[in-house]
Amino acid sequence: MKSEYLRIIPRLDIKGPNLVKGIHFEGLRVLGKPERFARFYYENGADELLYQDAVASLYGRNSLLEIIKKTSSEIFIPLCVGGGLRSIDDIREVLRAGADKVAINSAAVKRPELIKEASRAFGSSTILVSIEAIKKTDGTYEAYIDYGRESTGVDAVNWAQHAVNLGAGELLVTSIDQEGTGAGFDLELINKIAPAVTVPVIACGGCGNLTHIVKAVSHGNADAICIASILHYYVVQNLQPFGEDADFEVEGNIEFLQSKKQFKRVNPSKINDIKASLNNQGISCRI
Amino acid sequence: MRPTKRPIVAIIDYGLGNLFSIQKACEHVGLPAIITSDEEQIIDADCVILPGVGAFGDAMDALIRLNLVAPIREFAASDKPVLGICLGLQLLFSRSHEFGTHRGLDIIQGEVVRLPNCQHSQSALKVPHVGWNRMYLPDKRQFAKADMRCPELWHHTLLEGIENGAFMYFVHSYVVVPQNSSQTLTETEYGETQFCSGVRKGNIYGFQFHPERSGPTGLMIYKNLYLLIKKVTGEITNV
Repeated sequence: MKSEYLRIIPRLDIKGPNLVKGIHFEGLRVLGKPERFARFYYENGADELLYQDAVASLYGRNSLLEIIKKTSSEIFIPLCVGGGLRSIDDIREVLRAGADKVAINSAAVKRPELIKEASRAFGSSTILVSIEAIKKTDGTYEAYIDYGRESTGVDAVNWAQHAVNLGAGELLVTSIDQEGTGAGFDLELINKIAPAVTVPVIACGGCGNLTHIVKAVSHGNADAICIASILHYYVVQNLQPFGEDADFEVEGNIEFLQSKKQFKRVNPSKINDIKASLNNQGISCRI
Repeated sequence: MRPTKRPIVAIIDYGLGNLFSIQKACEHVGLPAIITSDEEQIIDADCVILPGVGAFGDAMDALIRLNLVAPIREFAASDKPVLGICLGLQLLFSRSHEFGTHRGLDIIQGEVVRLPNCQHSQSALKVPHVGWNRMYLPDKRQFAKADMRCPELWHHTLLEGIENGAFMYFVHSYVVVPQNSSQTLTETEYGETQFCSGVRKGNIYGFQFHPERSGPTGLMIYKNLYLLIKKVTGEITNV
């Protein structure tokens, strides 16, 4: 089962005021101001945006609201926000700030009824369940929570089905093993879930080049693709990720940016260039 | 005392829907918009936007509970513009078959039915239909695909200046079927199904997609709405 036009969704992990990127969700590097990246992606063919608060789940704070407000008043594509949303009130607050959808993970694993309550309160299409999985030695996948830090003992594939039954409108399926590596999506994980559920599945984690996207569709049966590094590192290399008056007086790990090195694991690209290539290979995208 | 700056657009708040994105899109094109469930504010507005996400039955129950059915119908009977978006479009219709049969606002005659899980290149398409898709001039798709110019049917409507086949953002499982096919303004293909994605009955418009989430092209619909409101309120005469 596939959707007609493949959606390409940039994922922006946010820590405090900054866009960050790690590998396996760890060693987060500061890359710039999320608003600048978001604006660039909006103007270059992004189909939606995903904002993920990288710390909210850990420290119980939600610093995203201001960034959401700013983004949603100047960017007119769907914006999904995740990270640390624990209750109906948390979700409402993010939607009021201008998000169109929310992604929930930790709180839903701890209390699956939240999916039912949230989809009833805001509509299924507003509620995206995020599943972050690690492959076990026996070949099965285990769902993790709290930005990949906490194991749950829950089988990721069974959980996906259960989440849909409870009312999830879409699933974001991330392989923590692949995340940030640029080595490609976990096709087996995606293909265990995407054909088995009635709702769209967004593949996330590991994309390093165009071929990985093609495989996520042809082998993984993904309905949408969520990517970060290949887009972010294009911006870092070609634009001013902090704006023109960047003084690097920022919170977080900026060693990478100061080093002016390149991130060699991925092939930095622009969304519209990726989409043009996908269209040439028979995978329809909006251009 | 009446506020000096009169709100122009009333976005109806019945507890469901993407109200804030709509408000921001209105503001972006210079249209002040309030989010309200107050009968007087609705009747006084120059334009009503009926948003909506979720189930048809729940939405109608909410409109009934808030005593909004009569004011919306009364507003729609005037010449002032009404815009239904997504579920808001479906609510304008006579009845829906989502989880049983429910009566709608019956402002546009017709039914709301489920999008079939259609067959397409050996694999069924997913329902809900989530993502970007094209809107075309109805019944003329083959011709339409060759000719991207804004079709004549769309001139002097909210689609003025938008090209045939433009991409819009959809999230839905149900579609509208107007009794009077001449009220169909746009159609969209999903797999082998061709469905009505936009309707017009005088100054009443409805779109299955979300113009406020459809980038610069979607915002053109809001710009056209702004011009239509100005025209109806007599501030400008030539649109």
